[in-house]
Formats: sequence, C-alpha cells, structure tokens
Amino acid sequence: MTRLSIALTGAFQGDFIQVISMASAEQSKSRLPTGKLSKAGVMSFLSAQGILIFFLLGMFVFSFFSEQFLSQSNIMTVIRQASIIGIIAVGVTVVIIGGNLDLSVGSMLSFSTVLVVDLHDKVGPTNAILMMFALTLMIGAVNGILIGFLRLNSLIVTLAMLSAIQGFVLIYSGGQNVDIADQEGTWFAFFGRGYLGGIAVPILLFGLLAILVQVVMSYTGYGRRIFAVGGNPMAAVYSGIRKNWCVFSTYLISAFCVACAALVLGSRVMGSQNNVGQGYELLVLAGIILGGTSLLGGAGSIWKTVVGVLILGFIQNGLLLMGYPYYIQWIVTWVIIILAVWLDLANKRKSLFTTHS
Amino acid sequence: MTSIKGFFRGRTKIQPIWVFVIALFIFFSFMSEYFLSFGNITNILVQTSTIGLIALGMTLVMINGNIDLSVGAILGLAASLAVGLQEISMTLAILAALGSGILLGAINGLIVWKTGVNAFIVTLGAMLGIRGLIFLYTGEQSFYAMNFAFSDFGTSTIGPFPVLAIIFLICTLIMHLVLTRTGHGRNTFAVGGNPEASIDAGIRLGRHMMINFIIVGFFAALAGVMLASQMGAATPNLGRDYELWVITAVVLGGTKLTGGYGSIVGTLGGVLAIGILRNGMNLMQVPAFYVLVILGAILISVLIIDKKLNAPSTKEVRI
Repeated sequence: MTRLSIALTGAFQGDFIQVISMASAEQSKSRLPTGKLSKAGVMSFLSAQGILIFFLLGMFVFSFFSEQFLSQSNIMTVIRQASIIGIIAVGVTVVIIGGNLDLSVGSMLSFSTVLVVDLHDKVGPTNAILMMFALTLMIGAVNGILIGFLRLNSLIVTLAMLSAIQGFVLIYSGGQNVDIADQEGTWFAFFGRGYLGGIAVPILLFGLLAILVQVVMSYTGYGRRIFAVGGNPMAAVYSGIRKNWCVFSTYLISAFCVACAALVLGSRVMGSQNNVGQGYELLVLAGIILGGTSLLGGAGSIWKTVVGVLILGFIQNGLLLMGYPYYIQWIVTWVIIILAVWLDLANKRKSLFTTHS
Repeated sequence: MTSIKGFFRGRTKIQPIWVFVIALFIFFSFMSEYFLSFGNITNILVQTSTIGLIALGMTLVMINGNIDLSVGAILGLAASLAVGLQEISMTLAILAALGSGILLGAINGLIVWKTGVNAFIVTLGAMLGIRGLIFLYTGEQSFYAMNFAFSDFGTSTIGPFPVLAIIFLICTLIMHLVLTRTGHGRNTFAVGGNPEASIDAGIRLGRHMMINFIIVGFFAALAGVMLASQMGAATPNLGRDYELWVITAVVLGGTKLTGGYGSIVGTLGGVLAIGILRNGMNLMQVPAFYVLVILGAILISVLIIDKKLNAPSTKEVRI
C-alpha cells in the first residue's frame, strides 16, 4: 500500500511540482519545500473531498449512459427511494459518532412497520402512530440500557436484539403479512405517498430530520458531548460528561429515526411483510461508510451520511437505467467502499499492521 | 475436573458454556422422549456442522481482534460453484469452491493488512459484493446436483456415524491443536491480546491476520460444499444470516470480541448449545420464532453474567 500510494502520488507530484515551480520558482522553494507538501496536499484534498468527487464523477458517467438519469423526476425518484435508508442512517450515524454500533435497526424497522400497519385498522391511524413510536422508543431504551448503563459490547447486544426483535415480529404477526383494509379512505397514506409544496413527503421528512440532527450535533452542547464520548470516553468522563446517559440517548435517537422510517414505509406500501427490514442495517452501514464516517467513533457528520446514502441510491438507479441487473450495484458498492475508506485513510494512516508489517 | 484440566493443559478451563450445554441436554431429554436417541444426537451434529465449521475459523479471527461478516456469502458462492461446475468435472468443481473461499479470505485479509481499515468495514463490503458475484454467476437461478456421488456424500455414513459430523469433529480437533500447540496459535493470542507487544516480539502482524482470514474463508467454503452435498442443490441466497449465527456461537463460547481470549472447546460448546436448543425446541414443537427470541435473550444474559463475573480488579470510572 505504501509503495503504491507513493507511486500514485508520485505521478501527481511530478506534474504538480513542475507546475508550481514554473509558476513561482522562489515561492515553491520557500513556502512549498520539496514534494512533500504536494503529496500531502493532494492526498488530504482527495481524502477530504473524495466522497464528493466520487459522487460528481459517478453522476457525470451515468448521465452519459442514460438520458433520463439527470432528469428532475428521476432524481426525485431516487431521493424518495433512498429516504427510508437515509432516515435510519441519520440515527445510526449519531450512534456511531458516540462510539457504538446499531445492527438492530433492520429488525426494528420490520417491527415498527408491522405494528403501525396492524394497529391502523384496530385503533385508528393517530393512536397506531403514537403506540408505534412509544414501543419503538422502548426497544431503543432497552438497547440504550444494555449498552449505556450495563456497558456491554454494542456489536453483540444489537446482534442479539436483531434476532430477538425479528422473533417478536414473527410471534406478533403469526408469520403472516399484514395489510390495511381500506387503502383509499385514510390520511395515513400521506407520509409515504403525499406531496407538500411539490416535494414528496418522505424527502421532506428525510431532509428535515437530517438538518435537525446536523444542527443539534454541530451547534449544541449535547452534540459536543456525544462527539467527546465517542472520541475519548475516559477524557469525557473526567471532564464531567455523563457518558452513560449520552450513549443511552443515542439509541433513543436511532429508535426515533427507525420509527419515522417505518411511518414512511408502512404508509407507502399500506401493508407490510414481517421481514421487510431484513438487511437494512447493512445497507445503512454501507451508506454511512461510503459517506466517510469512521466506525471508530468521535468523528463524522450527518451531511456526509446523506451524501453516502444518495450515492448508494444513484449507483442502483444509474446501473438499472444502464440495463444492468440490480445485484451489480452490490459489487460496485464493495469496490467503492474499499476505495473510499482507503482514500480516507491514506493520509492519516496510523494503523499498526500497515506500518509494521 | 483437574484431570480434564490437565488434559487440556491450562489454556482451556472448563468453559461455562459447557455447563449450559449439559443443562440443555438434561432438560430436553426429560421434555422429549425422542431427544436422547443415537439418531437424534448424530442429527444434531450434522445440523450444526455447517455453522460449526465456520465458527472454528471465526474463533481464530475473533481472537485476533477482527471479525468476518462475509462468511455467509463465501459459503453461498462456494456452494454454487461446487454444484454449478459439476458439468465440467466434479473434482474441478470442489477445488474451485474451496479455492474461491481461500482466495476471498486472502482478499479480505490483504485489504485489512494493506489498508489498515477496520475488518468490520472490509468484510461488510465483501459480504455485499460476494453476494453480488453469486447472483452474477448463477443468474438468480438455483443449481441442482446431477452427480449422485456428490449428493450421496452428504448423507453417507461410516458405520453408524454420518460423514459430515465426522469431518466437523476432526476439523475441530485439528483447530484445537493448532490453537493450543503451535506457534501460529500462540501468535494468534498474542496479536489479539497486545498488538504492540507482538510487533516488538517479531510477529508479522498483517501477514498473521491474513492467514487467519484465509482459514475462515476456507472453512466457510468447506461448509458450503458440505451443505450443497447435503441438500443436493445450491440457491443464490444460501448462507444468508449465517454470519450472525456463527458470531453468536463463537461469543456464546466465551471468545472476546476485543481479542486475545477464546478457545475452540468453548466454540464447540457454543455451536452445540445453539444446535441442541434448535433441535430440542423443534421436537417440543415450539414455533421457530421463539427460538430467535430465546437465543437473543440467552446471548445478552451471557454477556451480563460475563461482565459481572469478570469485572476488572481496579474499579472502573463510574458515570
């Protein structure tokens, strides 16, 4: 890797140094000593903006292969389809910034969607939505207590919750799929199919949630505390942050986002399979990783996650428009994840086994 | 107990999971008259051999402090190759299947080694990508084995013992010896326990991790071939969610996610616990949904008990 990256950046370096030295020979000697800065400069530029460059490049390529790709209606369709994964990803990003993981969101999505659809006919839409939010937040609280207060490993706890919640869904629904009886005469459809000011409601919900959480994470004391807990838990505790409560709250946020996604999904389909959320946790993680948020915690941002999720959506849509089968996107995603993370690490690589073996 | 301890020579204590396995065993033999028959016991071993084989490799990877989420997909690809290539030659098909596991394990390991990216991310990507490769290769079709030698192998027995169970037990023994008696095993514990110190001790960290990824890839492929021969077919979705079952089994067996601690004996216990639980509840005619809930609850309780028992001697910072 080291040799390859030197060779790669060497190729850039040659041009860059020439250009710089031709433009201002003295300056390049005094302010830009040797080729080191150009290497670091190129790499840090790529790693900081890498994901956006990928995004724009991908859009550019796809727009050549398919005329419909850059049409307004197509872009809106893609964003609307990506909004469910996006809404969940906003919540999971907060959990990851706090230094943990949440693999149970897929099962939780199945649970909440089945619940809200099933309750719709029994207690009416308003009560169904309220009960669904309450129960989903309760599951989030269970995650939060186990991981925040009992300090168990988040990967395994949410893995266990994944199977347990899926079991609950199957017990609750008796293995049957659920449907809303009167599909026409209910305002419940608004969340998944409605439009507000010409924009689809799922997109609005996704955008609002992303902006809200981004503002909370960047401009409030609460957001700073989550970053502190994820970055250095020990230091956070010593500076008086109540770490357990912070971790607990991130799981409530994640559960809240899942409930919103279930609202959109249930209302769009007006019914639900009992395994509808299966595999969502992995797509959500793929989106977050594509956005460049590190799984180590303490870093990341919501807008990066939004970009990552949109990239996933556009890859899928672009490949479909080009006539490739849907599973090609998984292979492309694999390659892009590795490239994206590699670029991200290229100039802050401190890993033991890359430097010492 | 001391004699058993002596036999396993220090590295492996009696794992708490075995107490649980024995308790389950006694419980189910009282609850169902069919449970304690020779046929059913070997049946459990055959049923668990798929997850069990992968869990052997996963134990090494997790002791190293890594994780491999792509095993289910590798299993699916190997099964498809083993059945799909039989038209050309059966030997070639099986070699290609096992080779694909080794190759994909090596790719995972190489990326983790050369980029320093968290194994969770690398193998998550691989899991999606390899599943894509399976669909690409199979064209979303299921393959059926036309070679009877292949499909008979999965149900054949040596004397009264099923071949698949024997393969699983032999592999378990080999991996136990590798982990406890060889330099590679010692290094695995060292790398997971303290990476800096193991570098200072001259262990080539990246290469070492890569070898363990290759081992788990190979075992996933072997499990895929065995599953395909048992079913006489391969579907593109074969092995879905297996990574979750495997990780559950390994964690139940006491291996730490943080690395540096674990054992094959424990993993065998974890695999058997899951197998007995599924089999026993099946015999008691409990719907499969309940097994998921019970398994999740057990996994979390094991974590809590483990946390309480192994609380660090120096008091942790509270709140």
